[in-house]
Amino acid sequence: MPLLEIVDVRASYGSRAVLEGITLSVETGEIVSLIGPSGSGKSTLLRALLGLVPIERGSVRLNGHAIDYTSKADVGSLRAGIAIVFQQYNLFQNMNVFDNVTITPTKIKRWPRDEVERHAIELLGRVGLSHRLNAYPDQLSGGEQQRVAIARALALKPKMLFLDEITAALDPELVNEVLKTIKELSQGGLGMLIVSHEMSFVREVSSRVVFMADGCIVESGTPQRIFDAPLHARTRDFVGKILRH
Amino acid sequence: MTLQFGPILEQWPYLLGGAWLSLQIAVLAFACGMLIGLLCASILQYGPSSMRRIVGAYVTFATNTPQLVQIFFLFYGLPEVGVTLSPFTAVLMGATFNAGAYLCEIQRSGFASVKHAELESAAVLGFSRMQIIRHVTFPHVMKVMFPPLSNQFIVMTLGTSMASIFGVEELTGRIDNLGAETYLSVEAFLVAAVLYIAITLLATWLLTLYGRSVCRARMDIL
Amino acid sequence: MSPAAHAFSSYDVLLLLKGFLTTFALALIGCLTGFALGFVAALLRSTRSPEMAPLRAALAAYALAFRRIPFLVTLMLVFFASQAMNANLSTFTVALVSICLIAAAYLSEIARGGLESVHRNQWQAARALNFSHWQTLRYVVVPQAWRVIVPPTFGFFVMFIKDTALASQIGVMELTSAGKVLGNKGLPEALVYGTILMLYFLLSYPLSRLGKHLEHRLAAAGNR
Repeated sequence: MPLLEIVDVRASYGSRAVLEGITLSVETGEIVSLIGPSGSGKSTLLRALLGLVPIERGSVRLNGHAIDYTSKADVGSLRAGIAIVFQQYNLFQNMNVFDNVTITPTKIKRWPRDEVERHAIELLGRVGLSHRLNAYPDQLSGGEQQRVAIARALALKPKMLFLDEITAALDPELVNEVLKTIKELSQGGLGMLIVSHEMSFVREVSSRVVFMADGCIVESGTPQRIFDAPLHARTRDFVGKILRH
Repeated sequence: MTLQFGPILEQWPYLLGGAWLSLQIAVLAFACGMLIGLLCASILQYGPSSMRRIVGAYVTFATNTPQLVQIFFLFYGLPEVGVTLSPFTAVLMGATFNAGAYLCEIQRSGFASVKHAELESAAVLGFSRMQIIRHVTFPHVMKVMFPPLSNQFIVMTLGTSMASIFGVEELTGRIDNLGAETYLSVEAFLVAAVLYIAITLLATWLLTLYGRSVCRARMDIL
Repeated sequence: MSPAAHAFSSYDVLLLLKGFLTTFALALIGCLTGFALGFVAALLRSTRSPEMAPLRAALAAYALAFRRIPFLVTLMLVFFASQAMNANLSTFTVALVSICLIAAAYLSEIARGGLESVHRNQWQAARALNFSHWQTLRYVVVPQAWRVIVPPTFGFFVMFIKDTALASQIGVMELTSAGKVLGNKGLPEALVYGTILMLYFLLSYPLSRLGKHLEHRLAAAGNR
């Protein structure tokens, strides 16, 4: 049974349709990357799945259980199982690094404090920020903030991670440290749904690549197939353009 | 407790006359205050330090003391040196004294907001002094000043209600009279409240329209 | 012109002092209570659920209305209303209630502006982590908003000290009414009101300087 099963999901912003019938399955531990031109709906899909954008039609199943987005319990379990890292770090400005990572497990989920704190220190160590526990977001570089955001997501012990263009807002020299962190995590068995423009990175970590355009899935397959031998003209067009440099 | 608005509402021409008087006071005090404010702001920006100190003292003093007591001082204090003012004059003078200080502050920030770079580029493009003032300084200053000036005008309109204390028959004064006559003071002052809300909403709306279209100011006052 | 030496007897000084303290107390208590009410109103107005819409509309109407009614009119309204209801309130209480009503309206707008100044993405991050609306306010938004809320709130309090002068009209024994009393006793009015103006100045000016200092301190400390 797939971990996440998405069937014919549609969403719009006002009168403009942004997602037109998306059907996708993600197995536990799978690393799926979404690529495509801007406005193709990739980020919207991640947000819609987490209940941040309303879904008009279609169904979403987590571990076989259909999610009712009007039910607080369902949405709560969804957000417990899937954690998201945004493009704009979105760290809480009024808390230091350590508090940003520990606040959700302690105050919202009410997990035991000492266990949460131990786990937080371990996670921050894994992302290479053990020395910055007391720093505030405005004292950190973009790359450091993004790594804190990753640790914050992992503190929820999710079964899956959504990564929404997490390197897009970073200065070029900071991109690699974040990608390296994700690469290491991907080897640990945690499933991911990644939206990214970093094609060599996508090629290296993904088990599957999905190409989206105009709110639809055009083609999906292994990274090798999509990048080296795309079937659709649209895919070929996109891949050709981005690989040119 | 049943409320009877009838006796109050049927006197609407009387009340409207009061509202008109309130507006007159506000407009006169605002106009005179603007002139004083302009003079003071210019002195603060360009004048010699001795004059700046005097103007600064005036502004600090007038903005840190209540308008009501300023009027009391004029109305009750001046007769002692032989100057007797009518209630209307005393209120107008006090309101102008008070307004001048606030309007000076607003105009001063307005002048200070003009950036050197803008003036320099205009000068370099060959604008004459007058042209710079007309095409660069004035529109910019108006745009920056219009919202706080509008806000100050609304505040002053509400402030005219204290004229009733001196017997001036503006809106609050007339409402007070009416309430006393009819023994319906609660209803009277409820009507007063609604009228002031209506008057200030109308004024805000008109000022916002003017501000957005003519001055292209960002209007989000009150 | 009476000699200035004739000025104030110790009784007079005491009267002025009492008036001074009453003015301060009125403004302080009224604004603190108004702030508490206004802050709660702002929190309620920050909700987005449809069920709360009528409450939000009512609070918005309240904030709109009470910022457009002269303080004197509010005072008279509360005064006559409390009489009609046989509430037997002291004039001080009537003034206090009036100040509360107005302060709550202004301060709820200030608080609302402060809450809205917190970037939308903070709300979004909290939502993705499954924070409820109130948890987000408590742990994320209010800690960031208070810096933006405190300076104008303090500024409002300092400004309102001057408005309390109108309370003299319903008989509250604050600073301005002390002037009337002393004037009736035969003291020269110019001296009396001149002194009262100075006393208001001594109350208002240092506080407004404190407010500016506070504003600089909070702005400099940034988001901490």
